[in-house]
Amino acid sequence: MIQMQDVWKTYPNGVMAINGMTIHIDSGEFVYIVGSSGAGKSSFIKMLYREEKPTRGEIFIDDKKLADYKERHIPYLRRNMGVVFQDFKLLPGLTVFENIAFALEVIEEKKDEIKRRVMQVLDIVRLKNKARFYPHELSGGEQQRVAIARAIVNNPSVLIADEPTGNLDPDTSWEIMHILEEINDRGTTVLMATHNREIVNSMRKRVIAIEGGRIARDEVRGTYNNES
Amino acid sequence: MRGMKLGGRTTMKVRTYGRHFKEGSKNLVRNGWMTFASISAVTVMLLVVGAFLAVIMNINHFADSLEEDVEIRVFIDRDAETSEQDNLEENIDTLSGVDTIDYIPRDEGLEDFIDSLGDEGDYFESLREENPLNDVFVVNAENPEQTDRLAADIEGMDHVENLEYGQDIFEQLFSATDFIRIAGIVLIAGLLFTAIFLIANTIKLTIIARKTEIGIMKLVGATNSFIRWPFFIEGLLLGILGSILPIAALTYGYDQLYHAIGERTGLDFFEFLPPYPMLLQISVLLVVTGAVVGVWGSLMSVRKFLKV
Ligand SMILES: Nc1ncnc2c1ncn2[C@@H]1O[C@H](COP(=O)(O)OP(=O)(O)OP(=O)(O)O)[C@@H](O)[C@H]1O
Ligand SMILES: [Mg+2]
Repeated sequence: MIQMQDVWKTYPNGVMAINGMTIHIDSGEFVYIVGSSGAGKSSFIKMLYREEKPTRGEIFIDDKKLADYKERHIPYLRRNMGVVFQDFKLLPGLTVFENIAFALEVIEEKKDEIKRRVMQVLDIVRLKNKARFYPHELSGGEQQRVAIARAIVNNPSVLIADEPTGNLDPDTSWEIMHILEEINDRGTTVLMATHNREIVNSMRKRVIAIEGGRIARDEVRGTYNNES
Repeated sequence: MRGMKLGGRTTMKVRTYGRHFKEGSKNLVRNGWMTFASISAVTVMLLVVGAFLAVIMNINHFADSLEEDVEIRVFIDRDAETSEQDNLEENIDTLSGVDTIDYIPRDEGLEDFIDSLGDEGDYFESLREENPLNDVFVVNAENPEQTDRLAADIEGMDHVENLEYGQDIFEQLFSATDFIRIAGIVLIAGLLFTAIFLIANTIKLTIIARKTEIGIMKLVGATNSFIRWPFFIEGLLLGILGSILPIAALTYGYDQLYHAIGERTGLDFFEFLPPYPMLLQISVLLVVTGAVVGVWGSLMSVRKFLKV
């Protein structure tokens, strides 16, 4: 469960990115975060996994105040969240398998457990046959799937994806969406920032629209724009 | 919803150490020339430290053997009458802590001197006509700690021209080596900072090269210490690898020197410390110094460039 109470974020350079957001997302929900470029979607997401701290207001994850987390406990907060970045952030020197295993190695998981979990998520994102490939040998959509696999390999309760269909063609985008839906069906909360009107309008989910750092709209089975 | 795993494990697992070690070694290879430069700097520094230590330990050993010396040689004024010499002997005898007093007349002293020179002593035969030596009292203290005080007391007595005892040589030796010691310490300090600086720079390169990786590690929940460990290991390895050559060189060199000198007689007043356990002690110290310098260097860079 994710909760925000009157959250504000002003960057050190004076940009007011988030201006009083109050929000409640239950566990197991699937939420689209929409809004024009610069609206504050990424800022909103970054505060959830504590890449940025709010200037004002409180954020709760699983009823725990983020502000109460000591610096050394942040890693444990992050272990419960999977994050998919728009630019994938895969390590070029590691194979698909190693890139995903990396997320488990750094949290000191057992070797055979790592192998089991990685094969499991490779199955979910349908990349079992490319486990030994390097990122540069993959298409954009395949790389995106590796990034998703890495985000979910730790069994996080929340999956956060910042424009996961950013540079992908429609077919590949739908492939990604089906994977995200599947993950959501397994009980994982999914938060997804997107500019993809077609997807938002066809695969109806909760839509939170951000404008100028405020919530402009919050609909249970919403659409990309107001009028549609 | 699955619960948060807070607090976590505090003790690191063996396989994690294995991983850190592997990563640290990989970085060594990756940094190539910088690794080589760092190890060389540590090597040079530790060579100097090792040689310096060997010298200092030998000097200290020598000083100790002198301190154990209870003998004071009292040179009597050449114009002192026999009765005055007797008075002096009585005066010395009344001091507490005096064990024995032996009288060596100057003729006997000269005889001993010429004899000690063997064949070459012949050149000094002419001295017999005009003996330049003094009559001497050889005073033995009951124990070494009293030598100093006895010497001071005797020095103030009448008809004492001067006296000679272990402490004198000790002090002369030290005033002569003072310069060497200060120069050595300055040199070592300079080399130490060069080594630390080079190691810090090498680690900095690693950190910069692994920026993306570190960023991802943080985002998938790696703890700070987990992220830092490979860098400490890299520093540690740089330091320890740098100590191998100095230890080998010192062990071999000192051993050779010891046996070469040991086979020559005549230097019996100065005895080299036997290679064991001295070389072992120095080796341990060099490894530890290398390790500390390495970890210190990496700590500097990790503090500065690894904001986790
Ligand atoms: N690190 C930062 N420092 C200063 N200003 C920032 C920073 N990150 C974002 N901003 C500013 O905050 C505002 C919101 O940015 P944000 O990245 O949240 O937008 P967004 O909705 O994710 O946009 P996009 O759809 O283009 O990704 C923008 O005006 C941006 O310039
Ligand atoms: Mg963004």
